Amino acid sequence: MFGAGGGTSSYREAEETELVLLWGSNARETHPIFFHHLLRGVRNGGRIVAVDPRRTSSAEWADLWLGIDVGSDIALANAIAREIIHSDLAHKEFIRRATTGFDAYAKCVEAYTLDRAVTETGVPASAIKEVAQAYGRADRAMICWTLGITEHHNAVDNVLALINLALLTGKVGRYGCGLNPLRGQNNVQGGGDMGAIPNRLPGFQDLEDPAIRAPFEEAWDTALPPKRGYHLTQMFESMEHGEMRALYIVGENPARSEADQTRTVRLLSGLEHLVVQDLFLTQTAELAHVVLPAAAGWAESEGTVTSSERRVQRVRRALEPPAGARDDIDIICEIARRLGCDWGEPTAEQVWDECRSLSPMHAGMAYSRLDELGGIQWPCPDETHPGTQFLHARLWKDPVEGPRAPFSVVEHDPPVDSLTEEFPIRLTTGRRLDSFNTGVQTDAYTSPLRRPEALLLSPADGARLGIVDGERVLASSRRGAVEMPVRFDATLRPGLAFLTLHFPDQVATNILTIDATDPKSGTAEFKASAIRVDKLVVK
Amino acid sequence: MDIRTTGGPPTAAEIAAVDRVLGPPESLWEGGTRTPADDHFARGGHTTRSKRDLLLPVLHSLQDEVGWIGRGGLDYACRRLNVPPAEAYGVASFYDRFALAEQPALTVTVCDDIACKCAGADDLCRELETNFGPAESAKGGALWRRSPCIGLCDRAPAIGIERCGAEHLEGRVAPAWAGGVIDVLAGGRWPVNEGSLLPPQSPVRLLRRIGVIDPASIDAYLAAGGFNALRRALEMGSESVIHEVTEARLLGRGGAAFPTGRKWDAVAHAPARPHHLVCNADESEPGTFKDRVLMEGDPFAIVEAMTIAGIATGCEHGYLYIRTEYPEARARIQNAIDRAREHGYLGDDVAGSGLRFDIEVRRGAGAYICGEETALFNSIEGKRGEPRNKPPFPAQAGLFGKPTLVNNVETLVNVLDIVSGGAAAFAATGTPDSTGTRLFCLSGHVRRPGVYEVPMGTTLRALIDLAGGVGDGRRLQAVLLGGAAGSFVTEKQLDVPLTFEGTRAIGATLGSGAVMVLDDTADLEAVLLRIARFFRHESCGQCVPCRVGTKRQEEILHRLLVDRQTSGRDADVALLADVAQAMRDASICGLGQTAASAIQSAVIQLKVLDG
Repeated sequence: MFGAGGGTSSYREAEETELVLLWGSNARETHPIFFHHLLRGVRNGGRIVAVDPRRTSSAEWADLWLGIDVGSDIALANAIAREIIHSDLAHKEFIRRATTGFDAYAKCVEAYTLDRAVTETGVPASAIKEVAQAYGRADRAMICWTLGITEHHNAVDNVLALINLALLTGKVGRYGCGLNPLRGQNNVQGGGDMGAIPNRLPGFQDLEDPAIRAPFEEAWDTALPPKRGYHLTQMFESMEHGEMRALYIVGENPARSEADQTRTVRLLSGLEHLVVQDLFLTQTAELAHVVLPAAAGWAESEGTVTSSERRVQRVRRALEPPAGARDDIDIICEIARRLGCDWGEPTAEQVWDECRSLSPMHAGMAYSRLDELGGIQWPCPDETHPGTQFLHARLWKDPVEGPRAPFSVVEHDPPVDSLTEEFPIRLTTGRRLDSFNTGVQTDAYTSPLRRPEALLLSPADGARLGIVDGERVLASSRRGAVEMPVRFDATLRPGLAFLTLHFPDQVATNILTIDATDPKSGTAEFKASAIRVDKLVVK
Repeated sequence: MDIRTTGGPPTAAEIAAVDRVLGPPESLWEGGTRTPADDHFARGGHTTRSKRDLLLPVLHSLQDEVGWIGRGGLDYACRRLNVPPAEAYGVASFYDRFALAEQPALTVTVCDDIACKCAGADDLCRELETNFGPAESAKGGALWRRSPCIGLCDRAPAIGIERCGAEHLEGRVAPAWAGGVIDVLAGGRWPVNEGSLLPPQSPVRLLRRIGVIDPASIDAYLAAGGFNALRRALEMGSESVIHEVTEARLLGRGGAAFPTGRKWDAVAHAPARPHHLVCNADESEPGTFKDRVLMEGDPFAIVEAMTIAGIATGCEHGYLYIRTEYPEARARIQNAIDRAREHGYLGDDVAGSGLRFDIEVRRGAGAYICGEETALFNSIEGKRGEPRNKPPFPAQAGLFGKPTLVNNVETLVNVLDIVSGGAAAFAATGTPDSTGTRLFCLSGHVRRPGVYEVPMGTTLRALIDLAGGVGDGRRLQAVLLGGAAGSFVTEKQLDVPLTFEGTRAIGATLGSGAVMVLDDTADLEAVLLRIARFFRHESCGQCVPCRVGTKRQEEILHRLLVDRQTSGRDADVALLADVAQAMRDASICGLGQTAASAIQSAVIQLKVLDG
């Protein structure tokens, strides 16, 4: 946000804030570590508002659940903003000093009346008002979100709509306030921070800025490409055009995790050369020409991870990797050596120290300090700096330090895969506590909570379709059709269905999903497909 | 909140029982059926969880109306209250009152505790076994079981009768006789109790209205000067009221004898809000029934005293926690609260003062441990009645974690005279260190058992004489002073003055005011075994010294007194003392700390294990 690629707050603040808007996040299941902090907050009297199409296990903890229609987040956020402005709860002083673009924003949200919001979102007007009042009046409040916000064709606009709310009420840059994307994995934050995204260098630094590139080019004694590369969706487009012909995949299983699976597998299979580096022989690895067995990052190698609160922590080797499996650093250095560049045999700490020399926000994070302080939150510019508990305190300085934070005009834009008579049911996807993504790392473990994958459907829809609980049906979207069992879930409203993507071999969920992608983030709209459900024809 | 219900749908009766307490569900999410309003909105969180303290009332309602707590009913209660079923089951199974398997609608509990034992309860049980069937086994839609003291020791032997169903009925009969009980079990008429609440005496203070005015009538109470103390207290202001209570040197009458004024002062000045008042009417100490007599005979006095205490200490809400074995007292108190509210002595404007105070009655569920104040808090909060560690003390963090004043019924009633007559007049009665009068519950082998009010400092001998002494031709064997948690006093010690300091000097305690007199016909060994069984059964099981110690104590006594083992006898006597020491030193709460007290005093004072 505002130039920094991470959540603004610390977990500790979730324990001491008054209100958390949990927006498009089933953190109870998908981010249990954060939720544990949030529950401490609840015990301290903190309140939760859950915005989610489903009444998830997180929403069961919430004081208010707003069951929006899938993909109507911007309409809801803008209507809340209008209520805040009309109730004179906007933080005028903060807006004047620390932000830009308020007038255009105010003009935009003025069109989002309660009536319109009720139509677009399904949420009752009284609930929208109640949330606007609660958020507007709270001294401390934070907004947290997960993939319910970002797995949409307008993901970035969704995020901007939430940022607008925080700017409107001055709820960022202060203790107990903030904007936090919750990372469902222990090191999603670290991956981005280290530059594992097309437009960033380590330290989340802009690749396309020559002044930023220069120290890297000097340190690495090579010229860096001046333009960003492709993000995942663009890579597949490029494969489609026959332009991208070789791919090196580290620790990903796109053959199961990508939307529109049929197309994904076809494109991966058509590559001239596919290298997969992974712990397991995943479905993607089965398509590869070369598989490089890797050591497990969390138990068999040294390094660091960065949590959702920007805390860099050390990971230590507890086990020797099995024979043949090698540390990621070893593998990469060996490939470099065979390509003619001898990078030596650096330890994880040496790699980290090089990173610290090039990334100002990590500069003060020597291993010894990470040990001593139990991890450090970036930015940490030097070895006397304690780390940063929350970001953007600068916005409250007088005058504001650095650039002001911009409001963004964002408009409601419904899901690409529209509901029609032919495809009348909204399918949304998600995850469960006991499983992880496509199951590569969790299938090997049993769980008392785990049940066979099935299409969760409202009992009312089941009755309308003449199917019984447990019956196998044909679920189809505009992209494909899959046979699967149905399980009735009384918490789902009629017209809403749910699948996970944990068990691609039981139910190939991503045959149904749409690859409509946000052009700014490259994320596909996993959260909103239109499907129909039919009884199987008895042969 | 991670609730997984697996018990199947509740029956209509179960839904009705739960809804009777909670009202009908407002949405699908509270356990109702889906309406379009549920598609896009739910309210929950703090609002729902704040009803957690209604779990016990809900379980009572299920027990009353359905006769047991089935899984369907429990699940429905859990959905309504947002409590995980495993946790609610843990609560339901903690309390003796709740049946977790289907049982007959009609049950009779026969008290076989010390006083009733002295009055032939064991013979009664034997007759039931012979002429009806064994305890705990259903026959023809009815069942009987043994029970610890139900507080009718003055009319022993006592039974409780309950019929569950849409029309729930409870009653008690004392004295009971086998033929009458068998009639009841066979579906016949319930015998009617007759007799007065008090034996004849010239009461000094606390009992003066009992048996004199109609306990159901607020007009009678007002005519007898009722609510004058409240008006006086409102004129005086909180600080002055607390000052008078402190100056009166009133000590708590529940057993611990803590200075009441100091408690009030601590709660009144505790910074956290809100403050809560709890009146401990969970009178469960065997042989104790004074609070029952106060509640049945003078309920408005308790309402008035609670109101004074609540307002003086900054509480707006008071709870009266009463043991479930006292249905008549519960009804009387509830009536008094309702009438007082109608007349403006409770509610948003107490006696025109602009101050707010109200009282809610909460019903125990058959757990002796809930008389311990922190266990009582947990019970009101809808949890298992397990005591908490102290500190923090209730005045800092008590009920719902807030500053709480907790006083016994008798303690509170004393406040009326302190406020009306002043501290000096109050302290003129009794001794300098034990001021005022005290209620004693005389039971067992005395001619006129019952509650007696005497000035502090009266000797035990004089008190027993007041009750007519032991029967003709009988010799006093021992007195159990202070109930099961008290200790035995010998004939030689009868001249002990009944004060906190006097009893302490002979290693005894006034405790709850129970005075159980045993003459030479009493089977002392059977009494000790009953006490050991009582503590083993009532230990909450939370801390090891008590959980294991009460069990070992009972086993050792069985070896010594029932099996009459001769080998290893000395080692067992020593082990019994060791177990007693461990319980006294290491238990969390008073139950474990006193669980060996009576038995050890019998070993030492009465030499029951000698020879």
